[in-house]
Amino acid sequence: MLLPQFPGIQLMSEAVSVELSAQAQANPQDIPLDQIDVSDPTLYESDRHWGYFERLRNEAPVHYLKDSAFGPFWSVSRFADIQYVDKHHEIFSSEPTILLGDQPEDFTFVNFIQSDPPIHDEQRRAVQGVVAPRNLAEMQPLIRQRVATILDELPVGETFNWVDRVSIELTTQMLATLFDFPFEDRRLLTHWSDVAIATPELTGSDGVTEEERRQEMGVCLDYFTRLWREREHQDPKFDLISMLIHGDSTKDIVNKPMEFLGNLLLLIIGGNDTTRNSISGGVVALNQNPDQYQKLRDDLGLIPNMVSEIIRWQTPLSHMRRTVKADTELGGQQIKKGDKVVMWYVSGNRDPEAIDRPDEFIIDRPNARHHLSFGFGIHRCMGNRLAEMQLRIVWEEITSRFRTVELVGEPVRVRSNFVRGYSDVPVRVHPR
Amino acid sequence: MPTITFITHDGAEHEVDADNGASVMNAAIDNLVPGIDADCGGECSCATCHVYVNDAWMPVVGSPADREEEMLDLNPERESNSRLSCQIPVRDELDGLVVRVPEFQM
Repeated sequence: MLLPQFPGIQLMSEAVSVELSAQAQANPQDIPLDQIDVSDPTLYESDRHWGYFERLRNEAPVHYLKDSAFGPFWSVSRFADIQYVDKHHEIFSSEPTILLGDQPEDFTFVNFIQSDPPIHDEQRRAVQGVVAPRNLAEMQPLIRQRVATILDELPVGETFNWVDRVSIELTTQMLATLFDFPFEDRRLLTHWSDVAIATPELTGSDGVTEEERRQEMGVCLDYFTRLWREREHQDPKFDLISMLIHGDSTKDIVNKPMEFLGNLLLLIIGGNDTTRNSISGGVVALNQNPDQYQKLRDDLGLIPNMVSEIIRWQTPLSHMRRTVKADTELGGQQIKKGDKVVMWYVSGNRDPEAIDRPDEFIIDRPNARHHLSFGFGIHRCMGNRLAEMQLRIVWEEITSRFRTVELVGEPVRVRSNFVRGYSDVPVRVHPR
Repeated sequence: MPTITFITHDGAEHEVDADNGASVMNAAIDNLVPGIDADCGGECSCATCHVYVNDAWMPVVGSPADREEEMLDLNPERESNSRLSCQIPVRDELDGLVVRVPEFQM
């Protein structure tokens, strides 16, 4: 068994066996530098990427891999270089895509995360008000009530999957609210979010084939087109569909299916995988660091700071990709127009040059907000305050009910070079 | 050493001494003025050090440059006197500057 074991935790007998690449089973020191391939999705599935990124940061902070399943690409692994790339969008373009894997030419989503100005600015402006801090304050009681219901229904005394019962359920309920999506169908949002980027070609995932993905995306498009038609003659309301209908730059978007679908999926994925895996990641991190769990019990005022530390520690999206618009230099390397440049947030967040004791999970870390998980520059995460608020409320409500959410088996991580998350976090809850 | 006053959303005034050459954001952080996050550390790439400059001071402080403008533009609560405080270098002419800290950073 290659997965690292946690002290005091027994592996579950039915632990999922994963097919790992040779790289994921090797000692990172034994792989020649020019062959290190951090696009390998099994590195993340096995949590074995750390040693490779440490080598890249130390030996080749701007590293070229000439051949991979995703073609040639540059890896940027240090915090400061990542921040530079994120900031200079006029050189490092978000078009045509921000995933390492290229989108198929005949099925390309268009949306603001993978657009440069001015399209980015216009489309983002149309929807960003929904997560403006002022509106979040109004959503807070509803979120708290839903968190309370979810936690109160957990089966005390049984082992259950935290991901399914809490992380997915909560983020999906929140999304359904933001879209004013039919509540009973809300798990469709989770499903579409997962399927949209779960092909081997896009992220190295083993979720679905390209054909299955397109079929499910068609269902998603039909569903939202129906909602649009129902709402287009109604008065403006405060949900994302209504905001798109009444936004100057987005009012005709329903007639451009790949742009409509692209922006819907951006909002669905943006509000889903990220918060979901940070909710799960917090449970894993606190169980791996019992001294920090005790620190939390002793001072619940640390929760807001802990939330930022969880988001750094988890880094729910491993990377964002850019494409170079003109020949440039970065970290002493000559990068050519058209080259792919990948900012590995998961590495920058563990860069000792930027973060003190970066491999440690420290819930009262000073300056905990100084992390890369939300990105920097014009594409900085639109929903970052909503995510923080959800996580804060989750931990406030958990700590008021349970002395411990105990991890009782090995977490199962997803196979993806983009989403850094979990499919199973087996736990038992112990009431106060 | 110029003195800068930050007025937080609750109306509290925080008068701090600022170092020439540092930024107005640094002056806030170094003196624990609440409401300024400065997540990116002063790189003009997160917009969490947003302040409203007292109108009378705008001609002295000046307008945002292009990259700052891009970041401010993402904020629905942006006003004509909005600036990112990390992009305002402290200098003698700013002695007495008054800025307001918004209720929320984006």
